[in-house]
Amino acid sequence: MAEMSVQLVAVERRLWSGKASMVVAQTTEGEIGILPGHEPVLGQLVEGGVVRITETSGDVVTAAVHGGFLSVTGAGVSVLAEAAELAHEIDVERAREELTRGDEEARARAIARLRAAGHPVA
Amino acid sequence: MAAELRVLRQRIRSVQSTKKITRAMELIATSRIAKAQARVAASKPYADEITNVLSALVGKSTLDHPLLVEREQPRRAGVLVVTSDKGMCGGYNANVIRAAEELQALLREQGKEPVLYVIGRKGLGYYKFRQRALAGSWTGFSEIPHYVNASEAGDVLVQAFLAGTDDQGGHPGPDDVLGVDELHVVYTEFRSMLTQTPVAKRIAPLEIEYTEERPATLPPSYEFEPDAETLLTALLPKYIKTRLFAALLESAASESAARQRAMKAATDNANELIRTLTREANQARQAQITQEISEIVGGADALAAAGSEE
Repeated sequence: MAEMSVQLVAVERRLWSGKASMVVAQTTEGEIGILPGHEPVLGQLVEGGVVRITETSGDVVTAAVHGGFLSVTGAGVSVLAEAAELAHEIDVERAREELTRGDEEARARAIARLRAAGHPVA
Repeated sequence: MAAELRVLRQRIRSVQSTKKITRAMELIATSRIAKAQARVAASKPYADEITNVLSALVGKSTLDHPLLVEREQPRRAGVLVVTSDKGMCGGYNANVIRAAEELQALLREQGKEPVLYVIGRKGLGYYKFRQRALAGSWTGFSEIPHYVNASEAGDVLVQAFLAGTDDQGGHPGPDDVLGVDELHVVYTEFRSMLTQTPVAKRIAPLEIEYTEERPATLPPSYEFEPDAETLLTALLPKYIKTRLFAALLESAASESAARQRAMKAATDNANELIRTLTREANQARQAQITQEISEIVGGADALAAAGSEE
């Protein structure tokens, strides 16, 4: 199976890197799915988006991404984010709490985190 | 005599407890350096990647974004000084503040009025005491800076820069922001454990720093989503914030290194002082014993003399 190297990089640390067979993200223009051999793309991701990386083993890595960019080159895919959290790191309780109080930006982030963690908000 | 000995012992005790504190601070600073360096390393992938992306983008679009263009007649220049929140770090703050003063003098020579922004309580205190006007200050994170801190400061700076000096006679212009035409940051560069040098860098208008030599392969011909102009507008402020964050991280590492050195010197001095004081105390004790013996001998002699006379 074709594969590509993917890295998910936040400002303060590298969250994930490895081989993957598919990356799905939402740019400001709409949802985009990247398969190996995709043409080079540079995209701005939506505020409070969710990025899904399908590893070559079939496992799916999900992350909530804030203030992110997506760069696809011949060498691989990089997702850059001002802040990002992997699904298993997300504190669902806190995200729910932020959803109820907090300004619009905090709410958008909370929704993204809940979606990434697999607790979609109605 | 006895009083002198007691005073000396008291001083030794007090120096010993000071030494415990400086020693603890030295150890904490040492562990902080390693952590700060790890954070510098951890922030590298993002910085490299955003630089790559931006270089590709700048090559593609026309270079007329306000953050990239030199202003024709710069009138004011923003200067961000990165200092520490706590003291006890030798010349760290004094050095960075001196570098900032030099930069301001230089800017004045070029006919630009410096506008000060400060990070860290020490810098804030320095300028407040001298009653210098500050356009903005942020404190409370100098040892462990996070990206949100850099982002907060970055937002204010970028906004001031984009506003520009469109005002008349020192009053805010139509956009209600007292803007600047240039942005500089003064921080301490971490060269090694022993050398940290204050440096002044211009962060706007931007010159993109290339991470490596020109790549052998052509930059990929990107498809842009949304268009290149919009992307550039969104990416450039992020790039500036990344540069700021890098400066904060370097400063944090430098601060810990400076503190470690200062506290090591303090501990060494305390050891030296304890040694000298102990010698003095021993001498005083010996002198006391000698005196007591001579008093006893003298007394016995006097008694013997008195007895033989009878």
